[in-house]
Amino acid sequence: MNRAIRHTWLVSVAMFLTLLAALSLIQVAFASDLNNDSRNARQVIQDYGAPRGPITVDGTPIAESVESDPESPYEYQRVYHDAEVYSGITGFYSTFGGSASGIERAMDEYLTGRSDAQFFDRMTSLVTGETMEGAQVELTLDPELQHYAYDLLPDDMLGTIIVTDVTTGEVIVMASKPSYNTNLLATHDSEEFNENIGDLEDAENIDPYGFRAVNRPIPPGSTFKLIDTVAMLESGDYEPDTELENPNEIDLPQSENTLENFGLGNCHQRSEAEFTWIFAQSCNTPFATAAMEMGEDPILEVAERFRWNEPLAIPIHVTESRFPTGMADSELAYASIGQFDVTATPLQMNMTAAAIGNNGTMMRPQLVDTVRGSDLQILDAPEPEVLNEVMEPETAADITEMMVATTEEGTGWRADVSGYDVATKTGTAEIGDGSDMVNSWITGFAPADDPQYAVTVVYERTELSRGSQLSGEHFAAILQAVMAE
Amino acid sequence: MKQDDHPKPRRNVELALLLLALAVAIGAKVLVGITLEEEIDSRYWVAGGSLAALSLAFHLVLRLRAKYADPFILPIAVTLNGLGIAMIHRLDLTPAYAGVAPRQVLWTAVSMVAAMVLLWVLRDHRRLRAITYISLVVSVILLFLPMLPGIGREEFGARIWVQIGPLNFQPSEMAKITLAIFFAGFLANNRDLILLAGKKIGPMTFPRLQDLAPLFLAWLVALGVLIVQNDLGNALMFFGLFVAVIYVATSRFSWIAIGGVLVAAGAALAYGFVPHFRQRVEIWLNAFDQDIYDREIGGSHQLVQGMFGLANGGLTGTGLGSGSPHIVALANSDMIVAAFGEELGFIGLAAMLLLYLLLFSRYMRAGIGTRDSFGKLLATGFAVILVLQVFVVVGGITRVIPMSGLVSPFLAAGGSALLANWIIVALVLLISHAARRPIVVGPMVNTSGAGASGTEDPLRSRETGEQSPVDSTATTPAVTGGEHR
Repeated sequence: MNRAIRHTWLVSVAMFLTLLAALSLIQVAFASDLNNDSRNARQVIQDYGAPRGPITVDGTPIAESVESDPESPYEYQRVYHDAEVYSGITGFYSTFGGSASGIERAMDEYLTGRSDAQFFDRMTSLVTGETMEGAQVELTLDPELQHYAYDLLPDDMLGTIIVTDVTTGEVIVMASKPSYNTNLLATHDSEEFNENIGDLEDAENIDPYGFRAVNRPIPPGSTFKLIDTVAMLESGDYEPDTELENPNEIDLPQSENTLENFGLGNCHQRSEAEFTWIFAQSCNTPFATAAMEMGEDPILEVAERFRWNEPLAIPIHVTESRFPTGMADSELAYASIGQFDVTATPLQMNMTAAAIGNNGTMMRPQLVDTVRGSDLQILDAPEPEVLNEVMEPETAADITEMMVATTEEGTGWRADVSGYDVATKTGTAEIGDGSDMVNSWITGFAPADDPQYAVTVVYERTELSRGSQLSGEHFAAILQAVMAE
Repeated sequence: MKQDDHPKPRRNVELALLLLALAVAIGAKVLVGITLEEEIDSRYWVAGGSLAALSLAFHLVLRLRAKYADPFILPIAVTLNGLGIAMIHRLDLTPAYAGVAPRQVLWTAVSMVAAMVLLWVLRDHRRLRAITYISLVVSVILLFLPMLPGIGREEFGARIWVQIGPLNFQPSEMAKITLAIFFAGFLANNRDLILLAGKKIGPMTFPRLQDLAPLFLAWLVALGVLIVQNDLGNALMFFGLFVAVIYVATSRFSWIAIGGVLVAAGAALAYGFVPHFRQRVEIWLNAFDQDIYDREIGGSHQLVQGMFGLANGGLTGTGLGSGSPHIVALANSDMIVAAFGEELGFIGLAAMLLLYLLLFSRYMRAGIGTRDSFGKLLATGFAVILVLQVFVVVGGITRVIPMSGLVSPFLAAGGSALLANWIIVALVLLISHAARRPIVVGPMVNTSGAGASGTEDPLRSRETGEQSPVDSTATTPAVTGGEHR
């Protein structure tokens, strides 16, 4: 019998070894796969078990984790300060689905302390048993200017104001309306969360997952003529003083459509004019004619140099602006004036102006200034980064002059301020839904002789007169505020 | 025979290990309190003090009544029991559970006192042989008690509970003990008959058909339990117990082969006719399938979340109190192993499995050491019960086999299981005492042969089985040393 007992023992030990092998597979070999499964809520709970790092502007937190009330299953509650002013930038962080948008998502690894740079912090906290804090993410935004810009935007309009540093790409202001309170989505109560996110998703013009300034490409209208102008000057066939024909209306080939100059402007005063004058008054027919003469390729090539048709991370996700390919001439004519299927995000138009102001060197826009560990040592500080050399400095200088003329004697007159020259380009894009509503754009930089800041103001779906008035005036207002700093 | 050959009681070894066990058990609970920032107040000291007092009382009972008993069994049982209480207490501090730990402490006290009383009163395990057939009757009553209308209760699809007033009881836990007694008694009585007869086919000797009858009976009972009560785990355990014990009784591999065939046939039948079982197999094979995961009832949510917990623990675990084991349904009973895996990691859980391994090894060692075949079969039976319980529970959680509701011995919340396991501890301690104490050998027995000290199975060297087992207590005393411990 004893031999049989020993055999039974051997079989039992073999069974236990099987269990140990299975355990080691689950707990060690496949652990990371299981931990990364989307149905695994533990990562979120762990993130909430330790304070997530704050997001700060000028050292003051706009998003931070505080101890939550005892009824919550999580130890820390995410709190947003001036939530509406920063909602698109911070994004929200929810226990239901993790960091869903904005910096919360883009810088998640640093904020939770999971980045490689924080490896030693993690090891230390493992040994000492202290809870490890996530890293602090300091933004490039200027809080006073951000508030100023946000308050400037009327509550009843869909507006965006962006200011960036021309030479470094740092984003100084990025404000949009309408906005929402990110704290609504930081709740730990699932019913409350579902109700709030449902309300926001139903609300018109609010998108908790996207930010008007960077995630909503819209027709850019005449501001796209900046791209045409680069292509025209580079072709060698056009100079700023080239005389161009300026009919009020042209017939488009293979189509019944016509393309007209804007009736309310000054274009009808001259049937032939210098390129600079045409640019400043934003006359449509000469650009459409030039585009059809050059063909689609050079314009597409310039547009893509300026990062059309390509997404970007700053580090929040920037949706790609579109310039279509394979267009008929009649479509190309409309594309050249920023209509048809051409779209641009407000940031795209800001980058375009900034690159011209920076002698043809396009900098990567950057929202993050520094990332600091819990002991304040710097973990990361993004250096200014050249995104692309988009044109020769001479071309940039020519366009700068044309943009100054726009402010001095053209459509950008409302942006004129005293003390220095301002380079601008305006745009009024039809929405194409048959209504009278337009997108009013203005993008530019200043001072023209030593460019420091690129400013873009957009009002979407607005009446023409109100839109162009407010965009111009707000451009001047924010520019003066920035220059006064 | 020299005086030195006398076996030592080794109770001091037990005392030292017991103090270590108490340090681990009470320390674990205090650690939980510290991590979760609980006040370490009188509740901790009362619970810890009662465990210590009960353990030391048990130790004293052994000194008085069974001083040659195995010194490892009690410390291991106390360690596991104490760790279980610590984890149950830890889960009480989550929103999912409340007030379970004090109940578990109370049941521990009841169980240990019951075990001590049994030790004191019974004195010799062989007296249980007298109730072989009574045990069978009691087993059948216990197994079918939950079917009685009025007191039977169904929970989580399995009808294994009996409720009398406020008392919930799982009679199948007690049936484990009575069935083991019956199997051991029945086979100790009839093994000669079963051994002698049989047909040799190839290398294996197959038993006669009429000798197979009890095996079939056991198989039918197991299937009945499975089908009627939906209790897969216990069905597997009862049948596995019977096959193992009959194999040990006869040393014939053919029993294992026949048993294996019957298990396969039973599984096939169950798969065809028991929806509950089919569901379990489905979950087992496709646990990560989204459809199966999302099922409200009978889905794989519990299994998958348990695996997430294990993976979250990884190699070293999150530390007691720092994981999220409460996400898993039934975390303090059926799934308590997953909770340990999460917070103590692979290393901690593997150590606990090794404790189980050590425990069942000591059970079997007692079986090898004792002189009477009833004791051998009983000890092995109890060991197999332990092995199968752990294998079914941990194997289910780690997807080695389909999951079924058995509880981890000593760890899981639940009074009936705790009581049953402590009674088993008492019985095995008695058997080990019988195995190691200096024995008396009658003058009629050949003291120079293989069966000299009565330690070995006399049939081992005599496959013919002419000689019946030695009943060593029936004859005039003569002291001889036991060389086994």
